[in-house]
Amino acid sequence: MRVLVCVKRVPLTGGRMVLTEDDQALETRHLGFTISPHEECGVEEAVRLVEQHGGEVTVLALGPPEAEEQIRDTLAIGADRGILVATDGGEWDPQATAAAIVAAVRAEEEFDLIVFGNESADSGNYQVGIRVAHALGRPVVTGLKGLSVEDGVARCEQEVPGGRDVYRVPLPAVVSVLEGINLPRYPSVPAKLRARSKPVETVSPERPGARLEKLRLVVPGGPGKQAEILGEGAGAAPAVVNVMRELGVA
Amino acid sequence: MAVLLLADPGDDELTRQALTLAQSLGEVEVVGSAALPVARAHIPELPGAYAPGAWATALEEAIDRVSPSAVVAPGTNRGNEVLAHVAARRDLPFAANCTAAEGDVLTRVRWGGSLLEEARIHSSLPLLSVAPHVLPAVTGEGAPEVDAFTPALSDSDLAVQVAEHVEETVSGVSLAEARVVVSGGRGVGSADGFGILEELAGLLDAAVGCSRVVTSAGWRPHTDQVGQTGTKVSPDLYIACGISGATQHIAGCKGAKKILAINTDAEAPILASADYAVIGDLTEIVPAITAELRKARSQ
Ligand SMILES: Cc1cc2nc3c(=O)[nH]c(=O)nc-3n(C[C@H](O)[C@H](O)[C@H](O)COP(=O)(O)OP(=O)(O)OC[C@H]3O[C@@H](n4cnc5c(N)ncnc54)[C@H](O)[C@@H]3O)c2cc1C
Ligand SMILES: Cc1cc2nc3c(=O)[nH]c(=O)nc-3n(C[C@H](O)[C@H](O)[C@H](O)COP(=O)(O)OP(=O)(O)OC[C@H]3O[C@@H](n4cnc5c(N)ncnc54)[C@H](O)[C@@H]3O)c2cc1C
Repeated sequence: MRVLVCVKRVPLTGGRMVLTEDDQALETRHLGFTISPHEECGVEEAVRLVEQHGGEVTVLALGPPEAEEQIRDTLAIGADRGILVATDGGEWDPQATAAAIVAAVRAEEEFDLIVFGNESADSGNYQVGIRVAHALGRPVVTGLKGLSVEDGVARCEQEVPGGRDVYRVPLPAVVSVLEGINLPRYPSVPAKLRARSKPVETVSPERPGARLEKLRLVVPGGPGKQAEILGEGAGAAPAVVNVMRELGVA
Repeated sequence: MAVLLLADPGDDELTRQALTLAQSLGEVEVVGSAALPVARAHIPELPGAYAPGAWATALEEAIDRVSPSAVVAPGTNRGNEVLAHVAARRDLPFAANCTAAEGDVLTRVRWGGSLLEEARIHSSLPLLSVAPHVLPAVTGEGAPEVDAFTPALSDSDLAVQVAEHVEETVSGVSLAEARVVVSGGRGVGSADGFGILEELAGLLDAAVGCSRVVTSAGWRPHTDQVGQTGTKVSPDLYIACGISGATQHIAGCKGAKKILAINTDAEAPILASADYAVIGDLTEIVPAITAELRKARSQ
């Protein structure tokens, strides 16, 4: 089975969102980078499918050259090779992102399954996977919490109120997954070392114009709160119970 | 020109919130519900179980009849999914999880609500979904003029369709609906460490929640995770024990009426999101609260 997983490099923000002076992006000088937990689970799911059925896992990221770091992280989880769709670091809207992914996919031997996160960690537009599926003429099932493949058919489970909805679609297909579909493994040190020598190929498409054009970013909600300190240590328990009574929950 | 609202029959509340945004753009006609206070409802006759492609075709036919100035849907899984299908078919831009729109400029949420983006949508037919729990819901029943129609579906519209529904019964208090949530983070230290949180939760009829560090370590199942990629909760009281307050965690609990933080670190970011705090070791404080509650109740 040939499986492709698409991941996006995003900053790992801490307790606060800090913007650059022009309000165009997050200030990332002091931040590390990561991918969405949904996508990390997507990589784990792909690696498990290939462990079970044989084949190869490819990981694709569209982003600046530094996104190779995130591809290497996924190679340490067990993916086999990477494709970096290198941008100038500028902004690509969801249509442009999907078009570039489609072009990269068409240049490859056919993938049986393409795995996306349900929504990206930062912009969260819920659409790149569906656009790619549509362009390739493949069925797409979104928001999966369960996935298995048997005899060329993917059994896809969504969590819905009161239980699970099950879909069955023939491969080749496109899916998007949610965190919780599995518990991703921690990469071992030897796996991290092996990841360094796995192949990552770079392609550089032209940037198209944006039709969903970001104007500026805004951190919501005025000045933060300042918690009222009820006390220190176990001695604060009576004050806590008083608050619970006031709130009517004790 | 009318604005079309795609209803999610599975979520009346979020559909009514989306109606609020749709009404700010013009007179609204609805697709998929006849119960809303609008002038006209287009009701597609669709076969059996949910199929996103069939809903997309139904919405496209309604678009062709009404020639709307914009299409709005609630930011539910299905609302986002159907709009993304229409966007892909017609090569139109789609902005998910908006909180406001005026002309071609809209505001949408990023990072699960921790950041807002103002964007311009370059399109003759903007497709917008509405972020959950930001806008008030339109109340009241309506008696719209109903226009039933049978969309012309192709085989590919039904290629992806719910084939089976598996019932699952959840035991205990549901995290999303609990009035109190007792939540633990890395500071709890281990899976066993949650014992004292469970005991307190039992007394308060509360649900137990946790941070992502806890689920990644395998101490609790992902169904307990609160946050951007977990469950969003809105209890009267959220008790955050040994949780630092990363933006991705706060994205899931900022709907709480009050937040109480229990943390050894008086400088932890959670204190800027919390209403109350107790500084110190949770392994002493949580059992002390439990004991105090028991004492208060026995009097
Ligand atoms: C370096 C860089 C900086 C950017 N900065 C900004 C910015 O400041 N503001 C802004 O508005 N936009 C920015 N973008 C573009 C934008 O954030 C999105 O990548 C694009 O709009 C896709 O939409 P989405 O992330 O909402 O996709 P969604 O539809 O929410 O994503 C669903 C899934 O699609 C896949 N996917 C999405 N994007 C990529 C990708 N780049 N590579 C591989 N797989 C992907 C993932 O599997 C993801 O889980 C930037 C992009 C890059 C590469
Ligand atoms: C895209 C994305 C999505 C994410 N989604 C989520 C999500 O849905 N939910 C989520 O939770 N995280 C999410 N995260 C992870 C998030 O960024 C943080 O890593 C995580 O929330 C931190 O968990 P924590 O607060 O338990 O751990 P830490 O940040 O390590 O904090 C532990 C806290 O415990 C305190 N402490 C330690 N010992 C004690 C003690 N004995 N008594 C009292 N206090 C003590 C410490 O002072 C500290 O404040 C996401 C990250 C990304 C990038």
